[in-house]
Amino acid sequence: MSKVLKINGELYTVETQDEMPLLWAIRDIVGLTGTKFGCGVAQCGACSILVDGNLIKSCSMPVSYGIGKEIFTIEGSSDNLEYLREAWNEVNVPQCGYCQSGQLIAATALLNKNTNPTDDDINNAMSDNICRCGTYVRIRKAIHKAVELRNQDVS
Amino acid sequence: MSKIHKVNRRDFIKLFGLASSGIILGCNLSSDQKDFIPKLDGVFSPNLFVQINNDGKVILISSRSEMGQGIKTSLTSAIADELEADWNYIEVKQATGDSKYGNQNTDGSRSVRTRLEPMRKIGATAKMMLITAASKIWDVSEDECFAKNHFIYHSKTNRKLFYGDLVDEASKVALPSESSLKLKEVKDFNYIGKTLKSIDLKDFTHGTAKYGIDIRIPNMKFAAIQRCPVTFGKVKSFDSSFAEEIPGVEKVIKLDRIVPPTGQFFGALGGVAVVANNTWAAFQGKLDLNIDWDYGENHLFDTNDFKKTISQRISKKGKLIPGSRGNVSSSFKNAEKVIEATYHVPFLVHAPMEVPNATAWYQDNKIEVWAPLQDPQTARAELAYFFDIPIENITINVTFLGGGFGRKSKSDFVVEAVSISKEIKAPVQVVWSREDDIKHSFYHATSAQYLKASLDQDLNVSGWLQRVAMPSIVSSFKPMSDYASGLELNQGFTNNPYKLDNFRLENVKAESNLRIGWMRSVVHIHSGFGNNSFVDELAFAANIDPVKFHLNLIGNDRVVKGKSKYPYDSRRMKDVLLKTAEISKWGQSLAKNEGMGIAIHYSFYSYVATAVKVSVVNDNLKIKNIWTTIDCGLALNKDNIKNQLEGAAVFGMSLAMFGKITAVEGAVEQNNFFDYQMVRMKDAPNIHIEIMDKMNEKPTGVGEPGVPVIAPAICNAIFNVTGKRIRSLPLIDEGII
Repeated sequence: MSKVLKINGELYTVETQDEMPLLWAIRDIVGLTGTKFGCGVAQCGACSILVDGNLIKSCSMPVSYGIGKEIFTIEGSSDNLEYLREAWNEVNVPQCGYCQSGQLIAATALLNKNTNPTDDDINNAMSDNICRCGTYVRIRKAIHKAVELRNQDVS
Repeated sequence: MSKIHKVNRRDFIKLFGLASSGIILGCNLSSDQKDFIPKLDGVFSPNLFVQINNDGKVILISSRSEMGQGIKTSLTSAIADELEADWNYIEVKQATGDSKYGNQNTDGSRSVRTRLEPMRKIGATAKMMLITAASKIWDVSEDECFAKNHFIYHSKTNRKLFYGDLVDEASKVALPSESSLKLKEVKDFNYIGKTLKSIDLKDFTHGTAKYGIDIRIPNMKFAAIQRCPVTFGKVKSFDSSFAEEIPGVEKVIKLDRIVPPTGQFFGALGGVAVVANNTWAAFQGKLDLNIDWDYGENHLFDTNDFKKTISQRISKKGKLIPGSRGNVSSSFKNAEKVIEATYHVPFLVHAPMEVPNATAWYQDNKIEVWAPLQDPQTARAELAYFFDIPIENITINVTFLGGGFGRKSKSDFVVEAVSISKEIKAPVQVVWSREDDIKHSFYHATSAQYLKASLDQDLNVSGWLQRVAMPSIVSSFKPMSDYASGLELNQGFTNNPYKLDNFRLENVKAESNLRIGWMRSVVHIHSGFGNNSFVDELAFAANIDPVKFHLNLIGNDRVVKGKSKYPYDSRRMKDVLLKTAEISKWGQSLAKNEGMGIAIHYSFYSYVATAVKVSVVNDNLKIKNIWTTIDCGLALNKDNIKNQLEGAAVFGMSLAMFGKITAVEGAVEQNNFFDYQMVRMKDAPNIHIEIMDKMNEKPTGVGEPGVPVIAPAICNAIFNVTGKRIRSLPLIDEGII
């Protein structure tokens, strides 16, 4: 039952059942706790990660799904994630912060596919992620801000 | 009054470690009046600290829990302001749960209200000692010295000394008396009344903030508990053979219900616990248990029946509540018009994104806990009581809270973790599944209200009768508490913001068959919904614009004196209403399918008015804009206050649109976010927040006052466009969503 997961470029050997959700393998076995448990049934997005660039609810995909693939979590870094972090900072987005790992990963997935999302694009892309504190207005603003920051760097 | 102490050296070392030298200050803060829960009397000793290291670093202690309301940044910024500290040198540590820090109960929107002045005094004390130290080094008068941005200056010679270089001398300085402290004037504030971003932003955006559920200690186990579907049901017998076959499952144990003594604590529900070496195995094991339950006396509880019962009861006279005045009967008799309506709010649940969880280690007559707790001192006292361990042997480490909303005021999940740790003789983390959270909470009570009012010939409200039936929070502490308590009715029922000469309030029986608790804004959710919906109905009956009608009803400018340090000022209520009307362009011409609604409320001593613009097309609701104005007195951290009120608008939307907990045969029917829905990004409107400039007033509540206005303002806007009156929440049940 020993298998290798590649998370944020690092290799981790884990001993788990194949059907254990990636979320729990990442949190309880690997020990990266930035990815959060919120609902366990792919309803809230707190556990969002990227697997080979695809946005995944890690609570509902088995660990076997991640083998041999590139897993990206909130502990990782990418250009878009860094712009988003800066924008989150500028807009002072978080309240309790718990859902923000998932929000940032979902926003990263959005910017990876869409270089200049509209409000509608953001509403569509981000509606899988619940924020009980209600920071949606700021998240929306911060995603636009991240695009602005990236465009400033490019020009 | 506050007293300022030098702190016991041992406490200091325990908190900060031995590494750094520095000066340190503690401040003995007076205790809060508890609104709801009787508690053990604590001994209050030195508690809140400032430490300045010789490298200039300033470590401040946050004694209140951080659950998204920004208190860790806000309260410590008040210390830093009076200290004239450079914020870049600040580090904030979270206090453990201990009475020496003063009351830590993070609840009731009162942290800033009750702690701002003590925090400022702590900062001012430290600053004075640094000034004294510098004056001694320079051999000059203290009057010639002043503090600015982490330096003490000598005004005559322009010499300056860095805070870090003053710590040795300052350590020798006697504590100044409290009466000698001079607090800053509003115009001189550096941080108070400005905007400071959360000091934890980096951790929040890198996944490194440690919530309770992120605690990892060597050799810890994970546990999940199957609790009886019916409140207070018991385990008759169970078969754990399937669960024990699951890889990772190590042990299955029965937990008896821990019944709290009357008047205090929360106890724990009991059930069957599955202990495993990872969370998932524990969750799986729990689902594979075969348990025979004794459902107990709550097994017939049905929320639909209960709604009918309390709706019938409010059609008859209830107990008269003090505060009633005048004669409503004669008002009704002489009325031009009499209007009546009934309103209903269902049971609700907090559903913080981080589920209840706690990590505990019971060993050697000691307990250590790591948990997301709003009220760590009650948890500590509760553990001392239930496990018969001296309170000084119990350490409560307060983690970040992934949302609280009142759920994490209750420490039942900590009691569970300690029970299991004691049994298995190892550290253990109890994690609730989302289903556990939805099905076994301390619920926000349901309510039914009957309202009847008369309009006189001038279309003024001449009489107001209100009957309220609502299971009481007190029932969780004292069985058979079948009426709302005075403290609950004082949340917007007895003290509504209106001028009513003939006012009668009646309390109607409502027993409890679920655990009842408090959720963000508490009873103000009921009073705010009933009052504002009804006033809108009266305005319509009178054919008067709702803003104008509200202004009339608030009445003449007056300050309602009483025992409160925060007398109600009707002018401030009117001003927030007028400001909201202004920013929302109230009275503007609207598109065909659009409507606007307004609501006002006075809660946690703050004044709030909200306007909402909606569109409704074929019963499809779109909430387009929300405008909220708050007068919270001195606004400590402005952008944080805006964030809180934006969040309150979304929280209010969720409960208005979707919030409903139902029970059949005693068991809660909802499961998870698919059937206990939340507002999502696609629903989120534009939200505009205005903060009244009241820097010379006392600070009042922020975290909660923005919620109660939202549901009625939405419903009033729906009426404005559709003519359909929503008198029962949530909207999804009324076919408008």
